[in-house]
Amino acid sequence: MLSIKNLNVSIQGKQILRDFNLEIKAGEIHAIMGPNGTGKSTLASTLAGKEEYEVTSGEVIFNAKNLFDMSADERAREGIFLAFQYPVEIPGVSTTNFMKAAVNAKRKHQGLEPMDAKDFLKLMREKMALVEMNKEFSSRSVNEGFSGGEKKRNEIFQMAMLEPALCLLDETDSGLDIDALRIVANGVNKLRDANRSFLVITHYQRLLNYIVPDYVHVMYGGKIVKSGGKELALKLEEQGYDWIKEENSELV
Amino acid sequence: MADNDKIIDEVVANDYKYGFTTNIEQEFAAIGLSEETVRFISAKKNEPEWMLEWRLKAYSAWLKMEQPKWQNVHFPEIDFQSIIYYAAQKKKKVINSLDDVDPEIRATYDKLGIPIQEQKLLAGVAVDYVMDSESVITTFRESLKEKGIIFCSISEAIREQPELVKQYLGSVVPQRDNYYAALNSAVFSDGSFVYIPKGVRCPMELSTYFRINAENTGQFERTLIIADEGSYVSYLEGCTAPMRDENQLHAAVVELITLDNAEIKYSTVQNWYPGDKEGKGGIYNFVTKRGMCRGKNSKISWTQVETGSAITWKYPSCILKGENSIGEFYSVAVTNNYQQADTGTKMIHIGKNTKSRIVSKGISAGKSQNSYRGLVQVHKTADNAYNSSQCDSLLIGDKCGAHTFPYLEIKNKTGRVEHEATTSKIGEDLLFYCNQRGLSNEEAVSMIINGYCKEVFKQLPMEFMVEAQKLLSISLEGSVG
Repeated sequence: MLSIKNLNVSIQGKQILRDFNLEIKAGEIHAIMGPNGTGKSTLASTLAGKEEYEVTSGEVIFNAKNLFDMSADERAREGIFLAFQYPVEIPGVSTTNFMKAAVNAKRKHQGLEPMDAKDFLKLMREKMALVEMNKEFSSRSVNEGFSGGEKKRNEIFQMAMLEPALCLLDETDSGLDIDALRIVANGVNKLRDANRSFLVITHYQRLLNYIVPDYVHVMYGGKIVKSGGKELALKLEEQGYDWIKEENSELV
Repeated sequence: MADNDKIIDEVVANDYKYGFTTNIEQEFAAIGLSEETVRFISAKKNEPEWMLEWRLKAYSAWLKMEQPKWQNVHFPEIDFQSIIYYAAQKKKKVINSLDDVDPEIRATYDKLGIPIQEQKLLAGVAVDYVMDSESVITTFRESLKEKGIIFCSISEAIREQPELVKQYLGSVVPQRDNYYAALNSAVFSDGSFVYIPKGVRCPMELSTYFRINAENTGQFERTLIIADEGSYVSYLEGCTAPMRDENQLHAAVVELITLDNAEIKYSTVQNWYPGDKEGKGGIYNFVTKRGMCRGKNSKISWTQVETGSAITWKYPSCILKGENSIGEFYSVAVTNNYQQADTGTKMIHIGKNTKSRIVSKGISAGKSQNSYRGLVQVHKTADNAYNSSQCDSLLIGDKCGAHTFPYLEIKNKTGRVEHEATTSKIGEDLLFYCNQRGLSNEEAVSMIINGYCKEVFKQLPMEFMVEAQKLLSISLEGSVG
């Protein structure tokens, strides 16, 4: 599904990702952990197509297509979804209207007619229930006046609406209390299937108790320095990142 | 960043769709302005003597006045002697029915999307069509007449409703109110007149569609709307002009009067030619619009969507004289390329318990400058006056400017005034968020802007709202980043 080869990325001349490599197959969940400032969010933003991230070399193939040939909106319509760490507010635009535009943009891309209004509202209700969102949110402006937890739930709701092939979760657990964490994680788990892959970026092992990954990678100095199964996350939780830093002191 | 700018340029750049001209035989006043010009216009209109005297008084006042310079817009000095003050269709026959309208003029309005055919009009909108200096035709007059509503051109009203016109013309905007109002008072050629009798709720939207066609010609229209006790009317105004390299002056005066318990809702979608992408040509839109809530519990509400004109300079205002009267101003002003706008409102609280509300949304793109200027005045007599003002500016790209000039003059201790102002940009983060959900830049900007203006748009009658939303997307096409 996703193949990242020797990816190098800079922001304003400063290199963040260094010869980064990762393969994700359909249906897999990969978790990326690591201390602050190691390039985790840069990876997610680069894959989603944020402009200020400059790809200096390397290649990313997503479903047999060169990712860097596509603009951010094309990538989204092709099935890449980024659940933002800091979702933005869109005043005056209701969640319903926003999602209608997004769903129909994707359908148009797939050569489908816009969704019938009734079917659309039904879909909205279904997906909102997935993350226990009250239906009043559908008429409120996107993220405006939402609490941190509500914003994160709204991200997962949108993800469910758009049925992406690849879900990038950028610190979706940050700022969530334990109940919200459970709700968000449940929402994600319900979206798991054999054709959908996840890249879950997190600082804490906590989230991975709920969303159980197939692989855990540790990032440091702009690349993956250690990979393992879910037990690697537990080890990090116990021992912190110091041993990783020591083992890889030459990278920073 | 460079890409971003490119996107902005693309969204902002767009072609004006109403820039064609109509080939009809017209007659003109001699170029320039003198007492003769004023007499010529008055004679052309078969006006009574009192009207001519009123004009001449305005003309002599204007001669002694100077062009104001305080506004935050810049343009070369206007040569008032190089303007033609009167242009009208030459062979004017008596128009008794729609079939009598010149086919060329009909075609023009068809092209503008407002066909002069009652059966094709959106149900419930009566229209006065004004081209250059003359009203072409007013629709639905007969059915309105049954309710006692008078809706006609102002020229006709001067001849046929002299008492009403004498009583109210200049009662809200006096002849010497300001430079351009004085000019208008001297040379105004046509416009609309509305009178809603006591207790009548006007059953349809009334509308005037202004069109400038002739070259080197100024348009000076005059609109007078009177809502008698307990009446209600919703009035719409639309405007377009051909694309010409020279600047053309449009200096209108609009006066609204509400008596006890009456309400006027006045909506404008202004789309005069804004000039080309280099800032050449376009309309100078210098307009005085003012309403007087004379009666108690009366209400005047202005809603404007300003997307056109090279320069827009206007402040639709309310004088709240009647007790418990209410004034409202909802505005969206969009500037792009080299457009300039200095617009806002004045809320003058004189009566007790008067309330006003101001919601202004300025959107600047390209290299344009957009200013909000608003005055809230609470007089000594205005116990418990209340005003809330909200002025938001949105910047698209980094070559434009937004300015806010609020003035408050409070002379009564019981007055309450609330002012809120924000300035924001369509940030890259917001755009990226929308892109990430599969929306192109154009779709994203259109959605963001419409969301931003929602509070104002919802004040517009339905058909106008849809038009305004479209107009906004077109005006900003290619402007995003």
